[in-house]
Amino acid sequence: MTLRDKLSERQFVVTGELGPPRGCDAEAVRKKAAMLKGAVDAVNITDNQTAIVRMSSLAASVICLSEGVEPVMQMTVRDRNRIALQSDLLGASALGIQNVLCLSGDHQSFGDQPGSKGVNDIDSIQLVYTARRICEEKKILNSDKPLTSAPDLFIGAACNPFAEPKEFRPIQLKKKIDAGARFIQTQTIYDIPAFREFMKHIVDMGLHEKAYIIAGVMPLKSAMMASYLNDKVPGVIVPQQMIERLKGVPKERVADEGIEQCCGIINELRGIEGVSGIHIMAIEWEHRVKEIVEKSGLSNR
Amino acid sequence: MLVAELKPYNEIKSFIEKYKSVLVAGCGGCTALCNTGGLRETEALAAKLRRDTGIKIKSVTIERQCEDEFVSELSRLMEGIDAVLSLGCGAGVQLISEQYKYIPVYPALNTKFVGTSHDRRVFIERCRSCGDCRLGSTAGICPITRCAKGLQNGPCGGSENGMCETGDGRECAWCLIIERMKAQGRLSELEAFCEPVQWTGQAPERFECGMGVK
Repeated sequence: MTLRDKLSERQFVVTGELGPPRGCDAEAVRKKAAMLKGAVDAVNITDNQTAIVRMSSLAASVICLSEGVEPVMQMTVRDRNRIALQSDLLGASALGIQNVLCLSGDHQSFGDQPGSKGVNDIDSIQLVYTARRICEEKKILNSDKPLTSAPDLFIGAACNPFAEPKEFRPIQLKKKIDAGARFIQTQTIYDIPAFREFMKHIVDMGLHEKAYIIAGVMPLKSAMMASYLNDKVPGVIVPQQMIERLKGVPKERVADEGIEQCCGIINELRGIEGVSGIHIMAIEWEHRVKEIVEKSGLSNR
Repeated sequence: MLVAELKPYNEIKSFIEKYKSVLVAGCGGCTALCNTGGLRETEALAAKLRRDTGIKIKSVTIERQCEDEFVSELSRLMEGIDAVLSLGCGAGVQLISEQYKYIPVYPALNTKFVGTSHDRRVFIERCRSCGDCRLGSTAGICPITRCAKGLQNGPCGGSENGMCETGDGRECAWCLIIERMKAQGRLSELEAFCEPVQWTGQAPERFECGMGVK
């Protein structure tokens, strides 16, 4: 069963994340895929994340497919115009990719090509709209000439519930869903009461019935990582008590404590109305995802 | 207005070093307003080049370098001139070159952006000339120009304390838009989906004045 099938049958899903290598080593992708296989329902393949040149998301997604791991191909509007994006949607589908996550992408100034031209021909919501038009209406943008065949993609978008301006976030989410997003993966959540409040709003708007909302988590590897997230990543708030607990354990226990905290968060998120799954972003920690899933009682994927 | 900055002096000098007689041409339009290409700046640059080089330097500042009738006034000064150094914007440089095809024209300025002037000292970029203006639906703030990602349907997840995540000192355009739409009681208008911009400027644009509203 695919991610979409599981969600439509109201199964609680788990997705993971895989960053392609800074090279052309297919084996590196296979290794990471093997760690995630069986632990999660599908794996997001990042698209030149943090604007650093890596193996393409499309290529790494295809390698994952051949390893029996279902990819969620991430697609940013930073590097491709509407011609390339639409062409890649068709190509990805032809290669067997069924899930696509539409993103704006980290700004090019953060990466290793700060002098590159940010394309941003269309924005991420317009990419959602474009993908939906291709799939449902069998038409590309600004053209009434039908495609010879149309893909049937499961289209997703991202949501950062606590980013500014906060009051606009539910509206923004509604726009993404109205444009055609059928699943939503959120930024990593640490502040459960705040997320509960956000979800209440989303449920009141009925958005959880129009799209599956998959809550993001990221295990903390150290207190330093937690402080970094707090200081540098907009919309991410790690509660002070979590940081204190990481500081309070002996050095060799910090990673386990981080994983334990992550499992605790997953447990809380599962109980929130409107949450259809968990998205685990374990950056360069793919080997510990299985453990997180098992400890959270979410195994048997 | 167009905003331009003066190129580094050594770069300017390197353009004209091989010539014997050069016309330094200023512009009384936008580049005068941003204190980089007007009469004062043109005379200062010409004086410095006269001092530093053995080149015969003539100088003049015309009304505007982007209008053919003003540019044709340069003809009376062109006799014996080997090259022109223009302190107009990129459009000005091109129009001079078009009218005097056999004379090399060099830019003394880097044309930066379409912007506004504040206290005649600070200049802020406002428009990317996309040719598909939607300022009416974004409270008069252009996200194509002022959002680092040119987002048209709302903010990304990266703004903090009203500032853009790029950390380049810019305010988050979408925070400003949302704030102003709210102040105008129009926040709900932002719920509408904004279709992709139909970019113009793919081919050199040409526009002919019509007579009023069509």
